[in-house]
Amino acid sequence: MRTAWFSVRNAKEIVRDPLNLGFGLGFPLVLLLLLSAIQANLPDSAPTMFEISALTPGIAVFGLSFFTLFSALLISKDRGSAFLSRLYTTPLRPAEFILGYTLPLLPIALAQTAICYLAALPFGLHFSPSVLLVLVATLPNAFLYIALGLLFGSLLNEKQVGGVCGALLTNLSAWFSNIWFDPKLVGGWFYQIAKALPFLHAVELERAMQTADLAAALPHLWWVLGYGVGIFGLAVFAFFKQMKQ
Amino acid sequence: MDAIRTESITKRYKELTAVDHLDLTVREGELFGLLGVNGAGKTTLIKMLSCLAEPTEGDAYLLGYSVCREKNKIKPFLGVSPQETAVAPNLTVRENLNLLMGIHGFSKEKREEKLKELTDGFGLAPVLNRKAGKLSGGWQRRASIALALITEPKILFLDEPTLGLDVLARSDLWELIRALKGKITIILTTHYMEEAEELSDRVGMMKDGKLLAVGTPAELKESVGAEKFEEAFIKIVKGGVKQ
Repeated sequence: MRTAWFSVRNAKEIVRDPLNLGFGLGFPLVLLLLLSAIQANLPDSAPTMFEISALTPGIAVFGLSFFTLFSALLISKDRGSAFLSRLYTTPLRPAEFILGYTLPLLPIALAQTAICYLAALPFGLHFSPSVLLVLVATLPNAFLYIALGLLFGSLLNEKQVGGVCGALLTNLSAWFSNIWFDPKLVGGWFYQIAKALPFLHAVELERAMQTADLAAALPHLWWVLGYGVGIFGLAVFAFFKQMKQ
Repeated sequence: MDAIRTESITKRYKELTAVDHLDLTVREGELFGLLGVNGAGKTTLIKMLSCLAEPTEGDAYLLGYSVCREKNKIKPFLGVSPQETAVAPNLTVRENLNLLMGIHGFSKEKREEKLKELTDGFGLAPVLNRKAGKLSGGWQRRASIALALITEPKILFLDEPTLGLDVLARSDLWELIRALKGKITIILTTHYMEEAEELSDRVGMMKDGKLLAVGTPAELKESVGAEKFEEAFIKIVKGGVKQ
């Protein structure tokens, strides 16, 4: 029950912040609209740039990258405001803190992905029951980005979080993820880095799940889960360390 | 029984000794003021006594329990109102109170009963449904102290409760603190002379992590032949000698 109370509080803190709604939901939807408009206005002879069935999972993952910012900001603000100090004097256990910061973001991530896919329908996304599998793929992807938020929120102050998670990470995640362009086209070290990072795999996981191609999805799932679990472990260590300090 | 007894409690941060072999006893029901300039070690001492920081050396006993070995036994008896604002900003005051009560495992009936008691006791009705982060500093401190009292603690730590407040807000908070006197043990840190003199049964004066003098405001003035409390503080701190 303690975890539930703390989780509800964290969910309220996030959804009541208009900036979170603007960036987490509004920005990806605007991008979906603009890129679909560009695609619609290309001459028939031009190559396809933003195919909606490939673009939608990319945009959905791009939206998840803001969850790193949400969770990191929430934790760093709590640390900065002494609210965490107050909670440390309560019976909340260390594991309950971690769960309380993680769990409430998962349903919000699912809702965000669902909205993204619903918004893509008028632009020609074909709806089939397999699209629902994307929601399953959203969970490990969201876990990865939330874990990054837990890590940065435990290490950085509010101002640093804005720069690292709001600017650096969202750009890094976007460039190396095959959302806007295929890193293979750049080739060389760029493609090698993209393959070694989890962001490209997060997008490919959603694309594979969208067509119910589980065989294609599995290798990407391991990359995302591996990074997610590793980063989550580091985040728990960093959180406990700052808790002791 | 003593509410608090420290035995040579010490806290070091690398080269800095924030609290230096400090011995202190606070009686049950007493309002004990900790007075000192910035960096004297007041907040560090409070953090150790409220189980938020581990002593580097020594120990402290709260209601007979060791802060080093028996944190979980002490925590249910403690209330802490930290120096900085410690409220969830996007939650209303009502939600903040409910959150803390929920975390402490209160039943729905007990939550409603306690909410009414704290709302009446702290005059929170006008701001109960407003977001805590949007309130003035005075209201936030008031809500913060109410949050600290949810569990009916036996020992309440108030760390610089009136820092940065205007005269009226400070006067309102003094009234609230006076109303709590005698009911629970209160440790109040401040660097306002008049606040320590006005509210405290006894005052401890700190400098460089050391406790230089302890006594009632009258005793401290008499000990250095000062007419005013501020004068006594300056003489004791500048002298740097244990009384």
